[in-house]
Amino acid sequence: MTTIQKQAQSPIAHLTPEDIEQLGKELDAIRAEVIEARGASDAAYIRKLIKTQRSLELGSRIVLLASIFPPAWLVGTAGLSVAKILENMEIGHNVLHGQWDWMRDPKIHSTTWEWDMATPAADWKHSHNELHHTYTNVLGKDNDLGYGIMRVDEEQTWHPMYLGQPLWSFINALFFEYGIAAYDLELGATIKKKKLKDPEFQRRLKGVLSKIRKQATKDYLVHPALSIPTGSFLPTLAANFTANIVRNLWSNSIIMCGHFPEGVETFEKRSIEGETKGEWYLRQMLGAANISGSKAMHLMSGNLSHQIEHHLFPDLPSNRYAEVAPKVRALFDKYGLNYHTAPFPKQLYSAWHKVVRLSLPNGWLAETKVTNAPALQDDDRRAEGAPRDRRPRPARGR
Amino acid sequence: MATSTLRRFAELAVTPLVPDDYLDLFSPLRRGAALRGRVVQVIPETRDAATLVIRPGADWAGHVPGQYVRVGIDVDGVRQWRAYSLTHGPRPDGYISITVKAVPDGVVSHHLVHDTERGTLVHLEQATGDFVLPADAHKLLFVTAGSGVTPVIGMLRNLFPVTDEGVLGFDTLNHRATRDLDIVVVHVAPSEPDSIFLSDLKALDAAGAINLVARYDDQHGLLDVADLSTLVPDIADRITYACGPGGLLDALETHHAAAGLPLYTEQFRATVVVAGEGGTVTFGRSGAVVEADGSTPILEAGEGAGVLMRSGCRMGVCFSCVSPLLNGAVRDLRSGDITTAVAGETDPGGVLVQTCINAAAGPCTFDL
Repeated sequence: MTTIQKQAQSPIAHLTPEDIEQLGKELDAIRAEVIEARGASDAAYIRKLIKTQRSLELGSRIVLLASIFPPAWLVGTAGLSVAKILENMEIGHNVLHGQWDWMRDPKIHSTTWEWDMATPAADWKHSHNELHHTYTNVLGKDNDLGYGIMRVDEEQTWHPMYLGQPLWSFINALFFEYGIAAYDLELGATIKKKKLKDPEFQRRLKGVLSKIRKQATKDYLVHPALSIPTGSFLPTLAANFTANIVRNLWSNSIIMCGHFPEGVETFEKRSIEGETKGEWYLRQMLGAANISGSKAMHLMSGNLSHQIEHHLFPDLPSNRYAEVAPKVRALFDKYGLNYHTAPFPKQLYSAWHKVVRLSLPNGWLAETKVTNAPALQDDDRRAEGAPRDRRPRPARGR
Repeated sequence: MATSTLRRFAELAVTPLVPDDYLDLFSPLRRGAALRGRVVQVIPETRDAATLVIRPGADWAGHVPGQYVRVGIDVDGVRQWRAYSLTHGPRPDGYISITVKAVPDGVVSHHLVHDTERGTLVHLEQATGDFVLPADAHKLLFVTAGSGVTPVIGMLRNLFPVTDEGVLGFDTLNHRATRDLDIVVVHVAPSEPDSIFLSDLKALDAAGAINLVARYDDQHGLLDVADLSTLVPDIADRITYACGPGGLLDALETHHAAAGLPLYTEQFRATVVVAGEGGTVTFGRSGAVVEADGSTPILEAGEGAGVLMRSGCRMGVCFSCVSPLLNGAVRDLRSGDITTAVAGETDPGGVLVQTCINAAAGPCTFDL
């Protein structure tokens, strides 16, 4: 993939500025419909989910008090992993987006929420909500593109250092929450600029370290210590470690599926100068990929399986993405755009394939073409029950 | 182990949540919890009014008759706060009650009267209100001018709920405070208005809850406060509560001071008299930025943007909504008065303004 502006045949070349404005209006209308309709049932959804998650976490941690017994370890660790995933994905991520602020409940509000994560909510909100969601997939602006450590586009000059990219991507996945914390801190850039002593940086660093200390104390000290009466200190510690790794791998995978699969577009920095609302929408449509699957898949991914819908409407309640998805997809078809969706294994494979491919110089590993880009294959589209494109799809690649 | 050590340990065990988040799952009304209450009974009083009997949380500190309570309830998923007078004196069973009339277009009152079920959890604040009816002196005089009747109607309505089928209060409500009250309301207006407030006053008068003395400038000429002793011969036995524009209140103060009579006043004009340009309202804490016109209260602008706003009477009376203005200017919708805050010059904590009756007068920033 190369930035949309440099592609020989841009997938948006057929759209006039009027088309794009009209597209924006139609998306605004979809958004307004949901805002009009949201109410008591949505509030009941998030409250029930939070209650379920807390009960599951509490129950799992109680079971783990006897984790010396293997069945208890297995059940407790599985439960804790699921609880941590729900807490981060469907609850934390979405609450921090302000998706539930409209309820005016101070206990479920983006300004008061804190999550089970190394990075403090406030830092994450800045780098994620303000930077990533505004500058989605703009090279040099959206640091989520490779988190500043990866080569994610042919445009970036290859360097032997990138050979290690698959390895450190995997390590980043394992310890994702710490990677995110370092990234939210802009640790890399701060080291490069030799600004580690900057008081503002020091203040934020202190905040992150304090958060990490509290998290670690809970998972690796207090909970294991409570398990001592059954002789379960170490098994409980291992259970917490495992649950954190499972959660990290899972959330990293979901996020990779959202922006890294082959066929997701990237954009030139100057292309967003003076960008209209319609153009912003268009960039969000092309800069994200969905995961098709069951209700459980949507729930466990925090509805980031509807990454496209989430990027179009980041502050709509996540439980509504499923219902707006067909309407959004109809607009993709109407305007001859590619709705990028595929099952989880396919998207994940595609994303990792890209990580490996770009770790090598351009052209060493086969580039994805129309014929092998996961989302573009017709069997997926049929599986999703969507109509075929009416317009010929523009050729991709070079 | 000392309680505080135990608590500290529990905090370490549940971070980033707090122990309360888990305890709330099991016991929302326990001691130490955020103050809540559970609706134990909904008594339909008439077609459009109901009394809600609420079991308050363990930390409820009690109340005296005449005080009100702020009640937070989720309507269509949105937390709404309103202030209601407590309609029973303290009860032996420790429950509290509010009697609510569904007012036209009243989202919250309608929900409370018609859609509230037994078992509903509501959010509460401790009882408050200086308008405490004196236990011994039960002869009162209200002097209201124009829309100054609004807060008085609020008080009277909660003492004697006016419903489509008449006024509740004497026999229907077991209300120690209202039983012996002798209230005269002198209501002054330029001409006889056709308003729900006036019809409420008339209904209260017809039911014998109050004695209404209406004075309209076009029929009776301008009211001279010296005439009050003619209109209300036993004025010397009464405590006066007055609400209206400044001129009337000043005259009353002079009059009552000279006569040595007790007087409580509240300046009030609920209608929008001055709407200006409006502006961009920034809510610094939540990051919300709203374009608000000059007639939209800051409270509504913030609520519309999902900002956590405190609110109460929503008409400039209860001061529940005061919030710090850090920078910029707001205009009082009742008087047109401008309040300004300048970062670095005015109080660093912000200038406290009532968000329910102030609108943006140019760009302004709130610490919310």
